[in-house]
Amino acid sequence: MSTYLQNLGHSVLDFFERLGRGHLFLWQLLLGLPLLLRRFSLVIQQLHSVGVLTLLITLVAGLFVGMVLGLQGYNTLVDFGAEESLGVMVALTLVRELGPVVAGLLFAGRAGSALTAEIGLMKATEQLSGLEMMAVDPFKRILAPRFLAGFIALPLLALMFSAIGVMGGYLVGVQLLGIDEGAFWSQMHAKVDFVEDVLNGVIKSVVFGLVITWIALFEGYDAMPTSEGVSRATTRTVVHASLAILGLDFVLTALMFGS
Amino acid sequence: MENNANLIKIRGLHFSRGERKIFDGVNMDIPRGKVTAIMGPSGTGKTTLLKLIGAQLQPDQGSLVVDGQDVHRIPKKSLYQLRQKMGMLFQSGALLTDLNVYENVAFPLREHTQLPESLIRPLVLTRLHSVGLRGARDLMTSALSGGMARRVALARALIMDPMMIMYDEPFTGQDPISMGVLVELIRTVNDALNLTSIIVSHDVPETLSIADYAYVISNGKVVAHGSPQQLWQSESEWVKQFLDGRADGPVPFHYPAADYQQDLLATAKV
Repeated sequence: MSTYLQNLGHSVLDFFERLGRGHLFLWQLLLGLPLLLRRFSLVIQQLHSVGVLTLLITLVAGLFVGMVLGLQGYNTLVDFGAEESLGVMVALTLVRELGPVVAGLLFAGRAGSALTAEIGLMKATEQLSGLEMMAVDPFKRILAPRFLAGFIALPLLALMFSAIGVMGGYLVGVQLLGIDEGAFWSQMHAKVDFVEDVLNGVIKSVVFGLVITWIALFEGYDAMPTSEGVSRATTRTVVHASLAILGLDFVLTALMFGS
Repeated sequence: MENNANLIKIRGLHFSRGERKIFDGVNMDIPRGKVTAIMGPSGTGKTTLLKLIGAQLQPDQGSLVVDGQDVHRIPKKSLYQLRQKMGMLFQSGALLTDLNVYENVAFPLREHTQLPESLIRPLVLTRLHSVGLRGARDLMTSALSGGMARRVALARALIMDPMMIMYDEPFTGQDPISMGVLVELIRTVNDALNLTSIIVSHDVPETLSIADYAYVISNGKVVAHGSPQQLWQSESEWVKQFLDGRADGPVPFHYPAADYQQDLLATAKV
């Protein structure tokens, strides 16, 4: 019994210690951001690796999600004779929920895991120590640009996910199932509010981008500098970031649309 | 008055990792312009000592003064300025894997100076030429052998004209030719550029062949120090065992264990 309590105590202490380290890490990341105003090229490079390289998977996933929404939505709406509202349904589902959430999950799987592995391996191969000894702060030179890039890339990816998702819904609803094209677009245009729907979706993806990139970079930086340590850290990034997205999505949805 | 002959002065250094004491009151002086070796068995904290000198780790007690500045008590900005004058060669080379050889060597210049490319290029090429790798400038780091990677790292460490270079196990895992090249380079570079070099190693003959002074550390303490000749002539059984690489002696061959006979019988009973 006492061993069990001891282990429990250790786990709780470890958890809070790690949480503290994570927040100190975030603080150092934020301190590194002002330098990037002078060297924005560092962020551009990272935008390519975390953003552009995640684009294809995001677009393909967005197209299929939109097509599935079109098909499922049509089957339900047609029973009520409301199939012309398909455009609204697809667009609202995407910009409010699926765009930020699914793009966030894909981002965590594709870019988040890559960031953790990259930083973890840089630690394992002493590249981060090497930078420190060359009087180059790894937070400013390596971590902050990646953090800012993740923060910028995810909202853009989520918007593109939603946009191509709407096109997927259009392909299935209008081109395949024969809904009136004018009704599809005009209802969407009338019912989707820019601030209420699109902007709230963007705010969600900004929060997700921040949290995913923070988790990914911290896990890499905090990884045991061995191949097993990096592999565990990469797994933790995907698991923790995915759970954080889903949990935060509920909180943000409640705050934004709860009333 | 400060003794200017010593670049680094270590006094009463204590450092622990968890329960394990790594350094227990270490005192050392590293003379300017010389090659100083720090030797000792694996796991004795030699690399940790370099990280303490570079202030990447904080000691529990004691002071570590580099060029008149206590590295653990100065502000971060001063520490980073000091580090620009301290080169360090990691065991793995620690080259940035997303850059080629040329860009790796140019990296500190690009980070710390505003020099135009027309000046960076000759500086990088002269440093690469001095380590014999001018022709390898376009290779990616993954295409380099271990010895070449260390030579590129040496070129990179030299690019900012440092006052000192710390070598972390430079000879480990090298073939005889690479080893010879590195031994020769460390001595030549030290004398040609009037540097102070610290070599952390357990490769005794190679290290002592180029060192002016050597410290031997074990169990957290300095167990012997002196010129290589003095160490070779040491009467200490421990130093003799270490330098000659004998399997048994004051450092026992066997890890502490229960009585052999009893241990075997106990196994038989199971």
